[in-house]
Amino acid sequence: MEVLDIIKPENQVFCKSKLMTDNTLSYCPGCGHGTAHNLAMEVIDELGIVEDTIGVAPVGCSVFAYEFMNIDMTQAAHGRAPAVATAISRTWPEKYVFTYQGDGDLAAIGTAETIHACNRGENIVIIFVNNGIYGMTGGQMAPTTLPGMKTSTSPYGREIESMGSPLKITELVANLPGTYYVTRQSVHTHKHARKTKKAIKTAFENTRLKKGVSFIEIVSNCNSGWKMNPNESNKWMEEHMFPYYPLGDIKVKGELK
Amino acid sequence: MAKVKGAIVVDTETCKGCELCIPVCQDQVISMSKEVNRKGYHYAYMSNPDVCNGCTNCAIVCPDRAISVYRVKVSA
Amino acid sequence: MPELKLMKGNEALAEAIIRAGADAYFGYPITPQSEIIEYLMTERPEERTGMVVLQAESEVAAINMVYGAASTGKKVITSSSSPGISLKLEGVSYLAGAELPAVIVNVVRGGPGLGTIQPSQADYYQAVKGGGHGDYKLYVLAPSSAQEMSDFVQDAFEIAFKYRNPVMILSDGLIGQMMEKVELREQLPRLTNQELIKRYGDWATTGKKGRERNIVTSLDLLSERMEARVRRLMKKYERMENEDLRYETFNCDDAEYLLVAYGSSARIAQKAMQLGREKGLKIGLLRPITLFPFPKKQINALADQISGILSVELNTGQMIDDVRLAAEHKVPVEHFGRTGGVIHTPEEILEALEQKIIKNGSIRYNKTRESSIL
Repeated sequence: MEVLDIIKPENQVFCKSKLMTDNTLSYCPGCGHGTAHNLAMEVIDELGIVEDTIGVAPVGCSVFAYEFMNIDMTQAAHGRAPAVATAISRTWPEKYVFTYQGDGDLAAIGTAETIHACNRGENIVIIFVNNGIYGMTGGQMAPTTLPGMKTSTSPYGREIESMGSPLKITELVANLPGTYYVTRQSVHTHKHARKTKKAIKTAFENTRLKKGVSFIEIVSNCNSGWKMNPNESNKWMEEHMFPYYPLGDIKVKGELK
Repeated sequence: MAKVKGAIVVDTETCKGCELCIPVCQDQVISMSKEVNRKGYHYAYMSNPDVCNGCTNCAIVCPDRAISVYRVKVSA
Repeated sequence: MPELKLMKGNEALAEAIIRAGADAYFGYPITPQSEIIEYLMTERPEERTGMVVLQAESEVAAINMVYGAASTGKKVITSSSSPGISLKLEGVSYLAGAELPAVIVNVVRGGPGLGTIQPSQADYYQAVKGGGHGDYKLYVLAPSSAQEMSDFVQDAFEIAFKYRNPVMILSDGLIGQMMEKVELREQLPRLTNQELIKRYGDWATTGKKGRERNIVTSLDLLSERMEARVRRLMKKYERMENEDLRYETFNCDDAEYLLVAYGSSARIAQKAMQLGREKGLKIGLLRPITLFPFPKKQINALADQISGILSVELNTGQMIDDVRLAAEHKVPVEHFGRTGGVIHTPEEILEALEQKIIKNGSIRYNKTRESSIL
């Protein structure tokens, strides 16, 4: 069989989600954001909820998420996406509202908004992309940067004594009664990406059932900030990030695992 | 059991040459080109089409969704 | 039969929020305006109109909740006092930049810093000269009675949606706390979701249905486009100046000296004017009701007729800048005001007028006439 016989429209089994726009992604080559965006859009498309979905894109690498996600989106100030999402969800209780946040956004400047939205149990989905660094602004230290990790503001490696330990915000919010589903996933291999897609689907189904906060941490690479090539960065992530941020479900149906 | 044959199409201008598709392919279908696209990236391409089974692993990890996958059943 | 009630200014404002058909209020406690959220929580407007009331974890969170609801076209309002308003200003700038309708109430207390809990008018600069960063302005309404605390809520929402710009109600602790007779307005129904989508569906993020996606953002990295955007904002403010300026004058027809005052200072200055008139001094009062737009033309015209202006404000001199600009050096302009939470008396205002303007400043620049120096 010739290749040309295979590449026919009726034989297509995978392509970019139709809920992604035609714009070229502004993310660095190899960055997990692109995969995470696509998985979220695939879920929204497959669940048929685009007409009732509103996304909130705060500051970070993904501040431009609204250029790539072909859904209604509101850009939010740094750290404030959970507050913005709270108001949208409360004034439009039937909508699917999600935030798409980075680690500086969610766990530094936005810590209060994150914790209180989770504490109140807002009916929203929080997608938290954790790459242990501030990508958009050039690679500074983040609350989730690992000990010893070199960044532009920890040039000799993160020192716990003066800079504190990395913040395990996901475990923190799992202990709040308002969170219903808390899980930590990644998107760097096909197996992990498929699991993440399932997690996102579960999250939006929880919204439909009005269960409260679904919190999905996606541990991801930042090959630019970490100064490696993409495959190297994913290996490094497996070796160093995953032991500190272990993958798996942390809270399911309101119960800690 | 019917066999499957697959093929991928890479949008060479969208591909950013990150090479994440290569390790997830079980059959070494993909290689990086010697040429560069308009942005200067070496792009991925199907260098070994005969062994592609359309598993879609490469397409799922491609952050830019530069890869589309096709698959047909072939009687054994 | 009008519905009359004896109410605190803050309570009148809170009741007016419900009656204006607001969809949500997000706030945080701070003296001297905590009564607003307390009243709303006690009234249970979710049972009266389905309105959402939420005490946020901070003023910062509250303004971002306002931003969120406003981005979907909902009628939303927040309130705070001076230090809390400082916290909100980033959010206010975002509201202006993203062209969202919303109302922010500042019940001003003495500052700077943690300051006092007593009233002042020391946030004029903050309200009128932008406060938050960037090229934008707020439409600013300054109530001077509990009645206006009630009336201005609906007025503010109308302006906010007319221009898709945030609007500030600049009150102070005196107006917020004093009790007066208030005539309450009729209940306006809240918009249904369908009505809202019909009116604002071309920009509000309500879910992509039957149209291209809507994006609410104040970000634009292409400079020429950003310049065009802020110039478009400026056109809004020009229109506000032409169509929605509000002010009030007292005894200005034959005035020789002018008091300019807003909010609680206007109430007290009115009494000072009366006392002066009893002494035979021809004093007039101009009360700006909107601080932006500011009654520049009106002050400029009066400056041809009078000998001097006293800007009366509970601060160290902020509105006086705008009065001076408006008067274009035609006449002397001086400031008087107690501050730090101290409230001036009518007698103090009159004495200041006599000392600073009448005794010292009644020689008119560039004009010869019979001098009436006392």
